[in-house]
Amino acid sequence: MMDARREKQLLFFGGLCVLALIAALIFNAFRNNLLYFFSPSQIAAGKAPIGKTFRIGGHVKKNSLRSAGSAPRFEIADDKHSLPVVYDGILPDLFGEGGGAVVQGQIDARGVFTASEVLARHDERYMPMERSHEKP
Amino acid sequence: MIPEFGRFALALALCVALAQSVAAWRFPRITRAAAFAQTLCIAVAFLCLICALVSNDFSVDYVVRHSNTRLPPVYRAAAAWSGHEGSLLFWVFALSLWTAAFRAFSKPFSDEAADRIASVLGAISAGLLLMLIFIFNPFERLSSEIIEGAGLNPLLQDPGLILHPPMLFMGYSGLALPFAFAVEALLSGRPDIAWARGSRPWTIAAWVFLTLGIALGSFWAYYELGWGGWWFWDPVENASFMPWLAATALIHALPVAEKRGAFRAWCLFLGIIAFGLSLIGAFLVRSGVLISVHSFFNAPQRGASLLVFLTFVIGVSLALFAWRAPRLSPGGRFGLVSRETFLLAGSASLAVACASILLGTLYPLLIDALDLGKLSVGPPYFETVFAPLMIPALFLAGFAACWKRASPGAPGSMMPRRAAFFALASGLVSPAVFGVWKPLPALGLTLAAWLALTCVPAIWRAKRPRRESAFRGLSGISGMSVAHLGVAVFIAGVTLSNGYPEEKNIRIAAGETVRLADYAFRLNAIRREDGPNYQAFIADIDLIRDGQMQRKLFPEKRFYPASGLTMTETAIDFGRNLHVALGEPAGQTFSESVWALRISIKPFVNWIWGGCALMALGGLVSLFRRHSGEDSGNAGNSPPESTSLERGA
Repeated sequence: MMDARREKQLLFFGGLCVLALIAALIFNAFRNNLLYFFSPSQIAAGKAPIGKTFRIGGHVKKNSLRSAGSAPRFEIADDKHSLPVVYDGILPDLFGEGGGAVVQGQIDARGVFTASEVLARHDERYMPMERSHEKP
Repeated sequence: MIPEFGRFALALALCVALAQSVAAWRFPRITRAAAFAQTLCIAVAFLCLICALVSNDFSVDYVVRHSNTRLPPVYRAAAAWSGHEGSLLFWVFALSLWTAAFRAFSKPFSDEAADRIASVLGAISAGLLLMLIFIFNPFERLSSEIIEGAGLNPLLQDPGLILHPPMLFMGYSGLALPFAFAVEALLSGRPDIAWARGSRPWTIAAWVFLTLGIALGSFWAYYELGWGGWWFWDPVENASFMPWLAATALIHALPVAEKRGAFRAWCLFLGIIAFGLSLIGAFLVRSGVLISVHSFFNAPQRGASLLVFLTFVIGVSLALFAWRAPRLSPGGRFGLVSRETFLLAGSASLAVACASILLGTLYPLLIDALDLGKLSVGPPYFETVFAPLMIPALFLAGFAACWKRASPGAPGSMMPRRAAFFALASGLVSPAVFGVWKPLPALGLTLAAWLALTCVPAIWRAKRPRRESAFRGLSGISGMSVAHLGVAVFIAGVTLSNGYPEEKNIRIAAGETVRLADYAFRLNAIRREDGPNYQAFIADIDLIRDGQMQRKLFPEKRFYPASGLTMTETAIDFGRNLHVALGEPAGQTFSESVWALRISIKPFVNWIWGGCALMALGGLVSLFRRHSGEDSGNAGNSPPESTSLERGA
């Protein structure tokens, strides 16, 4: 049987160690999973990292969507630049040419973006936050 | 006329709420009547809104934006809580219902305490009503009448919508009760037994609503969004999950405060935080600040008023806590290795998990608000943080459950050592049944089996000594055991559906067949059909196994002209855990077109919602137990005080 003082100390230091461990876990996971967001112009300027996952926001360029027979390909654009995107999956319901979209994935050395996820505007009243910040 | 009457009722409710909050300190008699009068006024206002929606009164702005004549009447009524203003009205309505219920059954609290609690609730209600009348007025008239409304977002035209938001709002506003209890206890400086005992059933009741609301939302996302996922760590989902975690932490700390007088400051803190988080949740969802698939609103100026309100409520109550809590006596002592320590550890893990989710949800918004760039925190963050925090806590939960019954020879008790052995054995072996042995499913299944084995005996044993009616029988079951069994079922569902999913994204023409696992899916045809307010493409798919036709599946793609939107209606076979979603067509003409199709099989995915339902049932059971006058000690039928509590002290 321990005396109360010693027990208290044990509890205190044990708790401190556990907390430190948890904090390390949280911040490590946090750092590794931040998804940065870029516009097509920033990517054209070479600001995006190759081989890391990030997000691009813009609108789907008119007449750029090709989905016949294979994985959908389209171009995502802002006012100045556009970027080819490949996505192997079902496009969301609200996805359409001219509409806003956010794609998440990686860019390769040839400048083709392979999306692992495509988010579209939720409805006509909602814009992804990145889009609403763009000045027309 | 009706909308004006509704607004008048709201103004009346505001007066009553103000009276309720102020009068408690001078004329405590009237708070009781005020609580009921307020409920009545708000109910009338809510009915007025439903009337305006059902009768297609397109002179009202809210009706124009959320309804239209071709919308089925049920959804017209449900639109009352799907929009920004309507949901706030529903929230106030739910709060007034809770207040009235509290006044009707305020048992363990003294009359004076109950009056002061009602006063705190009245103040919250008055704040919300102020916003509702002056900023989020659901009865706002348009300058000229419009012939047709915009209609409800098609995503929301679904039975899930009728139930999911009301459940969540009931849960959110129900958390105002533990908040008010905490504030009252801090003000009076005496968080006593009555406070701890009184807090528990109300917290559990709110928690049951939250659990059901979140589970319904997750289920709705699974079958309506067509992605086959059930949880996305979307900020809106996190917004409902954080108060749930805080409430769960509170539920696990309260019994110790009740029996030993310990952790009182921690309980008070959690009570404040749980309600604060539900306000933050409302702010996140309703202010449109998020990058989120759920946010259908884009009105930042309105968000500002919510932000002011929540800052005020959280700021004042935390300041009160900082001022008063240090004066609390430390309370009873307990052993280092005891049930109390387990409960504290569990409660703390839940709170830390909640804080980590808060960090991941708010950090991107903060960075953006400070103009430091734009980023988001991906789901892997939440997964890598959440699992390591919860897994040890859940192992401890198993220990806590059988702690008191650990003495050998107690009737029906299972020794934890035996439970641990069986859990480990079944957890390690059973993943092999699914073909490939993987470490994560083994861990998850061990955990699930451990939890189940430690609480099932308590459920089973508790039934026996009871006789007479079913109600008596029910009152003998430990709600905690049922809820923990629900957690076990939930974990098994998550583990297996994540560990052994099979999925295919393909393009298919009519007449073709695709195979996945043991099943073959034959697309017979795609036909066009018109619904009440949409046009649909319906795929006719035969599900075949071993050459035998099993059933037909009809996934749909719907187009809603009122809003110009397309929606996916998935086909789900619940028993077989099949999920089929129809994608977009490609091809020149309709007859030769190729259709995208997503098929997935997620084993035991239905256990996820089954587990949630069991958790909620556990909460209900413990409410009934309390109601039948028994002590709701959270372990089986163990004798309340005495044994084993002082171990090691």
